Amino acid sequence: MSSLGFVMLCHTALHRAAQVARHWAERDCPVVIHVDRQVKRSRYDDFRRELADLENVRFTKRLRCEWGTWSLVQASQSAAELLLAEFPGVRHVYLASGSCLPLRPVDELQAYLAARPMTDFIESVTIRDVDWTVGGLNDERFKLRFPFSWKRHRFLFDTYVDLQRRVGYRRQLPDGVVPHLGSQWWCLTRQTLTAILQDPRRRELERFFSLVWIPDESYYQTLVRNYARTIESRSLTLSKFDFQGKPHVFYDDHLHLLRRSDCFVARKIWPKANRLYNTFLTDDAAISRMAEPAPGKIDRVFSRALERRTRGRPGLYMHSRFPNPDWENGKTAAPYSVFHGFNDLFLDFEGWLSRRLGTVVHGNIFDPRRARFAGDAPTYAGGLSSSATMRDYNPEHFLTSIIWNTRGERQSFMFGPRDSQKIGAFLAADSNAQISVITGAWAVQLYLSNRNFADIRQEAALLQRREVEFVNTLRHVKSRADIRIWTLAEFIEEPMENLQSILDATEGANALRLTEAPRMADLSGFAAFLQSLKNQGMNPMTVGDFPQEGHAHRPPVDRNRPYLVN
Amino acid sequence: MKAFKRYALRLQRKKYLVRAWRKSRALRVVADRTNAIGPQDVLCFCTLRNEKVRLKYFLSYYRDRGISHFLFVDNDSNDGSREYLAEQDDCSVWTTPESYKRARFGMDWINRLLRLYGHRHWCLVVDPDEFLVYPFSDTRPIPALTDWLDASSIKSFGAMILDMYPKGAITAQPYEEGSDPFQIACWFDPGNYVIQRNWQYGNLWIQGGPRARTFFTDAPAKAPALNKIPLVKWHKSYAYASSTHMLLPRGLNLVYDEWGGEKTSGVLLHAKFLDTFSTKAREELERRQHYAASAEYKAYHAGLSENPDFWTKWSERYINWRQLEILGLMSKGNWA
Repeated sequence: MSSLGFVMLCHTALHRAAQVARHWAERDCPVVIHVDRQVKRSRYDDFRRELADLENVRFTKRLRCEWGTWSLVQASQSAAELLLAEFPGVRHVYLASGSCLPLRPVDELQAYLAARPMTDFIESVTIRDVDWTVGGLNDERFKLRFPFSWKRHRFLFDTYVDLQRRVGYRRQLPDGVVPHLGSQWWCLTRQTLTAILQDPRRRELERFFSLVWIPDESYYQTLVRNYARTIESRSLTLSKFDFQGKPHVFYDDHLHLLRRSDCFVARKIWPKANRLYNTFLTDDAAISRMAEPAPGKIDRVFSRALERRTRGRPGLYMHSRFPNPDWENGKTAAPYSVFHGFNDLFLDFEGWLSRRLGTVVHGNIFDPRRARFAGDAPTYAGGLSSSATMRDYNPEHFLTSIIWNTRGERQSFMFGPRDSQKIGAFLAADSNAQISVITGAWAVQLYLSNRNFADIRQEAALLQRREVEFVNTLRHVKSRADIRIWTLAEFIEEPMENLQSILDATEGANALRLTEAPRMADLSGFAAFLQSLKNQGMNPMTVGDFPQEGHAHRPPVDRNRPYLVN
Repeated sequence: MKAFKRYALRLQRKKYLVRAWRKSRALRVVADRTNAIGPQDVLCFCTLRNEKVRLKYFLSYYRDRGISHFLFVDNDSNDGSREYLAEQDDCSVWTTPESYKRARFGMDWINRLLRLYGHRHWCLVVDPDEFLVYPFSDTRPIPALTDWLDASSIKSFGAMILDMYPKGAITAQPYEEGSDPFQIACWFDPGNYVIQRNWQYGNLWIQGGPRARTFFTDAPAKAPALNKIPLVKWHKSYAYASSTHMLLPRGLNLVYDEWGGEKTSGVLLHAKFLDTFSTKAREELERRQHYAASAEYKAYHAGLSENPDFWTKWSERYINWRQLEILGLMSKGNWA
């Protein structure tokens, strides 16, 4: 007779449980099965009949089991007692559920256990050191009383917990009990298990644990510390939990993942995963090497799922992720640059910047007539239309879509007071935005335009008002963008240095010094233009303290040709 | 939400249920095989008119993915759709000559059938040109998804409509009965969608895609809604409020995460833009039975005769659900 026996707790998908029980029983491992009382009599009878031909399969008295309650421990206790009494050859008892599936041949598991005859495999973690649990209750599991069912009487459960917290109620731990938690699926030696089951203090301990929250994760896990000689604090059953503390289910497409894990038993398996059951419930030992179980190989997949469910992908807005304001974990998907006023001051600034950064540089994508995508394309990444109406229908999503659709490719675009301004607050609040502003640069274009001065004056007033508003938004206490602001006068004092400082702060721009400068617009006569604006009663204050002609500032001698520094 | 607003929504839901009962009296049974529905079955509900050419593929697509029973409302087809469906062993069929528009675009009929046959079942409500893609849809059937949703205490599953279109004129490649429409209409717009919240019902309102950028550039607010909640663990007190875009009670509309995470969701591939479309558009335009005085069809008709090509160089070619996941059009959430 085998030295390994199984205890199975079943409540659903009994045909699968029967298959697994048969698999073990036919390979000479006794199996004791507990079936939940809530399973219909007829189904239970069918199930027993299905296994009737196996003499090393036993059934225990059925109890009504409910998740998170003492009944589950009771069921495992009675089944384990029966197993130990009826099969004296059993050295290790393996607790499994009806939705467990053996991944490696039983022989391998037996050999593995035979090589470690005195070792108990049970995850047992002290609650003082580790936040083992998912969500809420940790040490309170032991310190409060939980007489109400969480599943059926949620209100009573919550109210009673709350009440105990308010009055400061604390349960006394029994002597010698140091709370430990762990997975409820264990494999214990006869010695340890009998020590727990035949403990003279068993009644007292049971009284305590029967009011603990989810005792099947703490009863054996705690008591084993008092008796076991060697504890391997890990479960031989591969079982993964999601962020709500509910077990992940394995499907047919996990076949290779499960194989690679080298674990002995996995839980839970989707009952209709035919391929898994057909593959693993056979004898052809696909892996007959004595590999150590390595559940870590699977962890990556599930921790990614957890991350996706709880934090999501930054900058993504879609039909199952629509974060409330400030819960986005990044309003946009990647860093991008906004240049305000630069293409007013410099000629072909986009072209220059694009050459310099080696990336796509857009024009004014918020231009009131149409979005100026790079190359004046009618559509852009993701199928975004350049239509201004479409864009202004939801400018935030227009921008987040651009950034999301071009992940891995840094985006830069021009902005200015002539553009549709609705996006301003969003830009300021986005920590991915790098915003560089030359205030008053709009005046350069006005200066160069061939228009009536009265119109110019009027437009100057409008643009300045818009610009002031934008700058105020940027300076708002809540703004999180990386912001640089110069007045036009400040900027042209040291244009190369200032451009360099922007590029230095730009991720991915190579660290070389600037060699080719962008061509600046011809500013001779600009000071006089500003003066006449002032004389007309319109003070272009955002331009800054622009030097009078013939004074401090002299535009570069040869403005029409790129010049070199260094 | 204020108590009286909640109460108003409750009344509205009751109104829909009464209305569904009233409108459903015009339904005539063609084939009733609902006795064959088992307690665990996932059901599919569908309204149609003259869609015979699509049905073969539609049925095989959803049968392969584990739908056990189909319940159809036929709105006076004359192309043999009704007769074809009545022959199928897993289909129950009702028919009515009444106005589609006055049955709230067929929703009243469907609400009634849902109440009668959908109670405590997972119910998929789709049009004959909508094909549900969900995480792992290539390896796991729909019951795997619904079992998982049950275990997670989730009652409704959201999916966005993704308009699929061919490259070139839509009439260039004729669709053959029984073939995969996405062999022809295999392109889609990956990232030009805009989302707003509907605070009254709690759902998201999504617009965009090729229809919006081609036909609605001047009036984007009128572009069709793309948000859908097609898969629901039905209870007889539920009601679809407007198409399958939103439901009452409003809690069912919360198929998105508000705190930065991603919930599990799918995509409804929309095989509308095949060569069958122009005929359909013309017919629907004459019947005036569609939403907002068939504004959509008017726009299509005008748009399609001028420029029948949706394709741009930014269009993506459909490969599988993983591609849609990476593009951010759907999410695995924590289903792994």
